[in-house]
Amino acid sequence: MKPPSFVYHAPATVAEAVEALAAAGADGKVLAGGQSLIPLMNMRLAAPGHLVDINHVAGLAGITAEPGGVRVGALARHAEVEASETAHAAQPLVRRALRLVAHPAVRNRGTTVGSIVHADPAAEMPAVLALLDGSVRVRGAEGERDIPAAEFFTGPMESSLRTGELAVSVFFPSSEGGTAIVEMARRHGDYAMAGVAALVAPDHARVACLSVGAVPVVVDVTEAEGDWRRAARLVQEQIDPEADIHATADYRRHLTGVLTERALKAAADA
Amino acid sequence: MTTKLFGEPVRRREDARLIAGDGRYLDDLGAGALAVAFVRSPHAHALITGVDVDDAIDVEGLVAIYTWEDLPPGVREPLPLLIPHPALTHGRTAYCLAKDVVRHVGEPIVMVVATDRYIAEDVCERIRVSYEFRKPVVGLENAVDGPHLVHDDVPGNVGAHMVQEVAHRDGRATRDVIAAAPHTLEFRLDVERSACMPMEGRGVYARWDADDRSLRVYSSTQTSTSVQMAIAAKLGLPLPKVEVIAPDVGGGFGVKIVHPWPEEILVPWAARLLNREVKWTEDRREHFISSAHERAQVQHVKVGFDDEGRVLGLDVEILHDHGAYTPYGIIVPIITSTQLLGPYKIGSYRVEFFSVYTNTVQVTPYRGAGRPQGVFCMERTMDKIAQYLGKDRADVRAANFIQPDEFPYDQQMIFQDGRPLIYDSGDYPESLRKLKDLIGWDEFPLMRSKAAEEGRRLGIGIGCYVEGTGVGPYEGGHVQVTSDGRVHVSTGLTSQGQGHETVFAQIAATELGVPIEKVSVVTGDTRRFGYAVGTFASRAAVMSGNAIALACRKVKEKALRIAADALEADPADLEITDGMVHVVGAPNASIPLATVAVLSNPLRYAFDEEAKRATQFATGGSMDRPPVAEGQEPGLEGKDYYSPVRSTFASGMHAAIVETDPDTAEIRILRYAVVHDCGKMINPMLVEGQIHGGVAQGVGGALYEKMVYDEHGQLLNASFMDFLMPYVTEIPKIETDHLETPSPLNPLGIKGAGEAGVIPVSAVIAGAVEDAEGIAIDRMPISPSDLYALRDSSRTSGAVSRLRNTQ
Repeated sequence: MKPPSFVYHAPATVAEAVEALAAAGADGKVLAGGQSLIPLMNMRLAAPGHLVDINHVAGLAGITAEPGGVRVGALARHAEVEASETAHAAQPLVRRALRLVAHPAVRNRGTTVGSIVHADPAAEMPAVLALLDGSVRVRGAEGERDIPAAEFFTGPMESSLRTGELAVSVFFPSSEGGTAIVEMARRHGDYAMAGVAALVAPDHARVACLSVGAVPVVVDVTEAEGDWRRAARLVQEQIDPEADIHATADYRRHLTGVLTERALKAAADA
Repeated sequence: MTTKLFGEPVRRREDARLIAGDGRYLDDLGAGALAVAFVRSPHAHALITGVDVDDAIDVEGLVAIYTWEDLPPGVREPLPLLIPHPALTHGRTAYCLAKDVVRHVGEPIVMVVATDRYIAEDVCERIRVSYEFRKPVVGLENAVDGPHLVHDDVPGNVGAHMVQEVAHRDGRATRDVIAAAPHTLEFRLDVERSACMPMEGRGVYARWDADDRSLRVYSSTQTSTSVQMAIAAKLGLPLPKVEVIAPDVGGGFGVKIVHPWPEEILVPWAARLLNREVKWTEDRREHFISSAHERAQVQHVKVGFDDEGRVLGLDVEILHDHGAYTPYGIIVPIITSTQLLGPYKIGSYRVEFFSVYTNTVQVTPYRGAGRPQGVFCMERTMDKIAQYLGKDRADVRAANFIQPDEFPYDQQMIFQDGRPLIYDSGDYPESLRKLKDLIGWDEFPLMRSKAAEEGRRLGIGIGCYVEGTGVGPYEGGHVQVTSDGRVHVSTGLTSQGQGHETVFAQIAATELGVPIEKVSVVTGDTRRFGYAVGTFASRAAVMSGNAIALACRKVKEKALRIAADALEADPADLEITDGMVHVVGAPNASIPLATVAVLSNPLRYAFDEEAKRATQFATGGSMDRPPVAEGQEPGLEGKDYYSPVRSTFASGMHAAIVETDPDTAEIRILRYAVVHDCGKMINPMLVEGQIHGGVAQGVGGALYEKMVYDEHGQLLNASFMDFLMPYVTEIPKIETDHLETPSPLNPLGIKGAGEAGVIPVSAVIAGAVEDAEGIAIDRMPISPSDLYALRDSSRTSGAVSRLRNTQ
């Protein structure tokens, strides 16, 4: 469990980081918190030839209130975002979701942007971003662009981030109405077998489901009109979960229904 | 300060070192050593047709590549079958490096030595092994039924077949007794694979001293003396030229009693061949696929019983999954077969097992060692009898208990040590009474109905076990008092975190009457003690504890004799308190034990002020006697051994209250209670620690852990991400109570406690979930997904039957 050798880059600015990434091309990877990348490298499941460590890049650690939401920088650790009153005031779902992300030790190093860019459909923060219709700000050789969540997640561990681009921040919009997230994991802090983030606003309701598809699955349940059991059925019809060693597909579908009802109820009461 | 420390909750003396990072585990040693990595088979069953190293040999930092062909005689033979048994007619062991065939994913094929582990793994990646695939045998029933063989010369994949029967006292065979019984039940039980999973994996570090022509080996082992003998034999070295030391070891739980592991031979061999220090540290994936697993069994049970629930006849047929090899013989199924009987008098008993090869990691003892499966069988049987008769589950157990006045109780079988299965002592009715009090057994129906009013679903379960501990053949202890008053204790068996530095020091301090601060303990170092068996089977405290006590008594006798001379007193009038030998009732007539140590060793040369007292012109001894009397030895030291006639039998009972979520099928343990009897406790705090750790592993086995093999023999969850070892957040608070029924078999009256916590947990949780759900739980572990599927199938089959502890 030792990685093969790689070229290590420690840029001091975003421009340098983008330059290093562009030069490395498909062989380059960004190191931020390293909580997913380093184990993959140790198990030789990932073998990037160039590692661009952005931990020394200035100006990426911010958690900033912006009109209509909060912007979280690429070096903001989960634990910092979780503790941030700024983030909490703008969108309380962020803190609630972060408390379900792994364990404190992982949250102390892992970054929220990193988790989103990793695009694991079983992870909480991609689902939260998808539910809220947030966006990812990326910088590349051609400049900066914002990618809406709906276009960002393209497959399991796949995003629309292009080779040579660096995700510099994500934006979590504030929301009218209540939000909640519930999930069920085999052990505390594990990736969930199923989980549902919910938003109940005065004029609409929707959920984002974890672990039941290639990307976070967002389902609009406004038509259920507050009948959350009906909403659960709507969601169950729209998901196509797969079996793994921890849960059958049937169980995942059932669980997603139960959790949908619970999440919507909690969001409506929030 | 008191020196009567036996039985006191003394804090662990090793923890300051271990917690502060001052422990020295295997990988902390040998920073400059060459590193080893292995090319291991990615296939479950294949012929090796070629090994191509062309792409690998130019890697900078590569030192050597070895395959089986490179190994010398001794090293190239199959590894030893450690515990032969007549019923093991087809025992098979692996080679250090696979010869022609690989029989499980993870079997080592090529050994790579390089300047560091990174490079060694780079080289492994560049070595190409070609294979001719064979059909893998996966799953117990496939192994028995299928046409494919793990070993060509083992028909039906059956390595061992054994039948033991204890006929009814009227002479009738068990099956006849069951056929004639008023009530009978027949069912099947399944237990999945798990594994020891110590935090520190295996590891070996060897250095060859070319000038001294000697070898020093550090191994993360549970038996340094046996590793020493195996290395000496395999490498053809004189035994005194091989030293084996177990440094701090981060857990064993059984997997490190297996020896010699291929790496324990290969690393020292390469160190001598290369005349360089060589080290191999196992990584987690290697531990999953290249060490050992345990537990998997299928059991077919028939039981006949009377109206009171007394078992008249029990007939159990066991399919035991042995994996690809049998280095540890058939100890695990033998323990299942014998310890299945628990605290009960069973009218007649027949047990038959088939030990079966599969193309999976080999099976060797894991904490509990076959007992969890046996207890699962017996306790599920008790629950089913209670359900059938509509009786309280605790009452059915009590109706079958061996009574306190029936000890010693002969179960008329042969135990794992080859000796009769005779229980030495115990008080099972009292244990049950304490357990029912602790968990609130009689009050539970009220708790359940209150919870039901809130829409919550609760259940309670109970499980009893008897554990043969302290198996022989022997252990020894050496105790030396030096002229500075320090007491040096050594024993040959090893430590993996049990707290031996504490409990053995407690014994020595108590026996010798010295402050514990003066006592130091060394274990698992062949330089200090050459004769030992090892640390397994809940035996260290019983075996080495008693041996150390006996050695201390020799030292004390000698000390009193020498002091009596000096004090001109009768030895019978002397005692030792706080390191001072004094006349009973006359504390002023005294001499420090340190001085006694000086006087015990007549000197010609003084090396310090204290030593002057023992030199030839200073002593005032008789001129008619030699300075060292006939039959005596210089020095204040003693060595003794403890070798029991047979094992001593600890016992215990566990109960749990669980809650199952009606919607999500989550299973939560609300309360967990343990009543435990390991005879006299040396240190109740450490006993509780052992119980806590054991229960945690038991909870893992009951609710979380299994080895998921696919039909190709690939282990799908060979990492801590997918093999769900429980976190501390998954473990309930464990409530304990103790009973101390001394063992009459050893001087200290103690029994082993190391494995107790793990043994009945699956049985207890299964019973509790069954009680909550009203669905038979016959396969463990059980996950929420499993419970959901069981609910589903029981709804469709309509086979719902309610179980209650009181009707």
